[in-house]
Amino acid sequence: MTPLTKVESAAIPLALANVDTDQLIPARFMKRPRGDGYGSFLLHDLRAEAGNEAAKLDDPLFQNAEILIARRNFGSGSSREAAVYALADFGIRCVFAPSFGDIFASNAVKNGVLPAQLAEGDIETLLTDGLIAQGGAVRVDLSDQMLHCGNRVFHFDIDPVWKKQLLNGWDDIDMTRSYQNAIEAFVEGDRVKRPWAEPDRDGPVASG
Amino acid sequence: MSAAPRTIIDKIWDAHVIATREDGQSLLYIDRHLLHEGSFHAFDQVRKRGTRLARPDLTFGVADHYVPTRHREAIQPEIRRMVDQLKDNTQAHGITLFGLDDPRQGIVHVTVPAQGLTLPGLTIVCGDSHTSTHGAFGAYAFGIGASEVAHVMMTQTLWQKRPKRMRVRVEGALSPGTSAKDIALSFIAKIGADGARGHAIEYDGPVIRALSMEGRLTLCNLSIESGGRLGLVAPDDVTFAYLKDRPYAPKGAAFERAILDWRALVSDQGAAFDREIILHGAEIAPVVTWGVSPEHALPIDAVVPDPARAADAAQEEAWRDALTYMGLAPGMKLTDIRIDRVFIGSCTNSRIEDLRSAAAVLAGRRATVPGLVSPGSAAVKRQAEEEGLDRIFRDAGLEWADSGCSMCVGMNGDLVPSGERCASTTNRNFKGRQGQGARTHLMSPAMVAAAAVTGHLTDMRALLAGRTV
Repeated sequence: MTPLTKVESAAIPLALANVDTDQLIPARFMKRPRGDGYGSFLLHDLRAEAGNEAAKLDDPLFQNAEILIARRNFGSGSSREAAVYALADFGIRCVFAPSFGDIFASNAVKNGVLPAQLAEGDIETLLTDGLIAQGGAVRVDLSDQMLHCGNRVFHFDIDPVWKKQLLNGWDDIDMTRSYQNAIEAFVEGDRVKRPWAEPDRDGPVASG
Repeated sequence: MSAAPRTIIDKIWDAHVIATREDGQSLLYIDRHLLHEGSFHAFDQVRKRGTRLARPDLTFGVADHYVPTRHREAIQPEIRRMVDQLKDNTQAHGITLFGLDDPRQGIVHVTVPAQGLTLPGLTIVCGDSHTSTHGAFGAYAFGIGASEVAHVMMTQTLWQKRPKRMRVRVEGALSPGTSAKDIALSFIAKIGADGARGHAIEYDGPVIRALSMEGRLTLCNLSIESGGRLGLVAPDDVTFAYLKDRPYAPKGAAFERAILDWRALVSDQGAAFDREIILHGAEIAPVVTWGVSPEHALPIDAVVPDPARAADAAQEEAWRDALTYMGLAPGMKLTDIRIDRVFIGSCTNSRIEDLRSAAAVLAGRRATVPGLVSPGSAAVKRQAEEEGLDRIFRDAGLEWADSGCSMCVGMNGDLVPSGERCASTTNRNFKGRQGQGARTHLMSPAMVAAAAVTGHLTDMRALLAGRTV
C-alpha cells in the first residue's frame, strides 16, 4: 500500500448525502476483474443523471482531483470494496464527509484512501467555497490532520490507528502473522472453553 | 474475570480477543467465515501471496449473489463464470460449498442459519453487509470488505476496535399485522441511516422476546441500514428450540452443555450502554419507504413529505432529489402510489414465515401487477411447496422462482426496468439498486402482497379482515 502523507489537488464538491456504495459502483460492473480498472464505473449512473452533482466528475475543472467532499453517510450500504476500487482507480485519495459507512471507511484505509471526518458546518462551507468551485487546489496534511483551503484551515478527524496505517502504508497481514503463537494458544484454550463452537460435521447432512 | 456487569456484546467480544495492541485494536478470533461469488477478489489476494486458508473447515461457500432464479439450464456465460469461479476456488481450498445444484443452496443469510452453522456466542463474518442477520442467534456477526475477507482467509482473525454499545428496547406488544420489518424501518426512520454508526446494537424488550427466529433474523438483518456495525438478540428458549437437531449444530450432550453456556449470554443487570433507544410496540404501524434511503420511511397512512418542511438545507435537497428520482409529489397519500410490480425475496424477508404472511393476504386473490417470488433457500422452497404456498402465489399470477439474491440487487439479471416502481420485501431502496432507474418501495411481505392485489401501496390490515394469519 502506498503511504499517504500530503495531497494537494483540486477537490470535487459533491453536495450529496447518503452516497451509498451502490451509487459509487453499480452492481452490474462488479463482475469485471480489477486489472481492467474501475475508475470509469465511479458514480456511473449518477454522472449520467441530468443535472446531478456527480456530473462534476467529468468537468475538466476537476480532471486531476484527488479529493472528494461530500455530505453525511458517505459509503453507506453494501460492503463491496469495489466502491473503494472505483474511487482509487479514478484517482481519489481523500474523501471528506461528516460521517461514513463503517465498512466503507475500513475498506478505504485498506486501499490507502483517507476517510476524513469534518463537522457538518465545515463541509457546507467547503461545498460552497469559491476556490474549490473553480477547481483550485487545496492541501491535505494527514500528519497534523489539517485541510488547507486558501487561507483557511480545517482540522479533520481520523481514527488514530487508521492514520498510522495510512501514513506508513502498512498491511495488516504481515503484522498478524507475528501473532501466530498467540493465535495457536487461543485456539487450544478455546477448544476447552467452548467445545461446541466448531461445526458438527458428523451430523446428518439433511435438508435444512 | 472482571466482576463489573457486562453487556452481551462485551461478553462475546472478550471471549474472542487473542491480543490487544497499545493502540486499542484487538485481534479477534473468527468462528465462521462465509463466502459467496463476490469473494473472488479475496481469493485473488490469497493467490498473490502464494498462501493457503488458515481454517477451511470453518469456512463455507454459498452461491447466491449471481445464481439465476429462473431457467437455470440456460445460464448466461458471464453469470456462469461467477458461479464456476466460486466452485473452483472453494474446491481448490477444501471449503464446503452449498453450490448451485446443492439441496442446501440458498441466500447465505437464510441457508447458513437453517443449517445450524450460526450459533449463539460465535463471531461470524462474510463479505456482505447483511451478515448482521446472524445476530438473531446472539452471534457477533458483521460484514467486511474484500481485504478483510482475505485477512480472515489467511489468519482466521481480524483486527477490530471495540464498538460502542446501543440498546434498543421495544416495549409492550406489536399490533396485529405489523412485523419485524416494521420495527426495523420505524427504528431507522427515527435515528437515521447513519444513526447507529460505530455501534453494536442489542435488541431487547418484550416485543423482541415475542419474535420468532425468522422475525429476529429480519430485524438484525436491517441493523446495517441504521449504520450499525451489527445487531443481536440474546439467545433464549426460542433460539435453542430452533437450533435443536440442525445439521451442523451440536447434538446430544454437547448441545446440552452448549445451552448452559449460551444462557449466560445476556447483558448483566446494570451493564452500561453508550446509547439507549426505546420504541413502543403499539406505536409501530405498517411502514413503507417513499425515497431512496431506508430512513425515508413512514407509516402507510402518512403522506409524501414536503421538502419545504425539511430540517435543514441538506435534508431539503436530499428529499427533493429523492422525490424527483421516485417520481412523487409532496403531500400525496402514500396509499395513492401506484406500483408496476412486486418482489418477495432477499435475505431480509424470504423465510417460510415471510412467505406464509404474504400468502395469507394473497390466498384466493389475483395480483393486478406482475411479480416474482424467490424463496430464501432451496429448503424454504421445498417447505413452501409442501404447504401449498406456491399454488397461492401462482394462482395469484406471481412467478414462483428458485432461490438467490435475485431482484434485491439484480446481479443475476432479475431487474426492475427503468422507471418502473416495485413494492419489495428487500433491504435497500437506493437509486438503481434493483436496476438502473428502478424505483423501490420497501415494506413487509404482507404489505407487498396487499400492493400486488390492489396495484397501489395499501394498508394490508384491511385485506386481512376476517382471515386467520
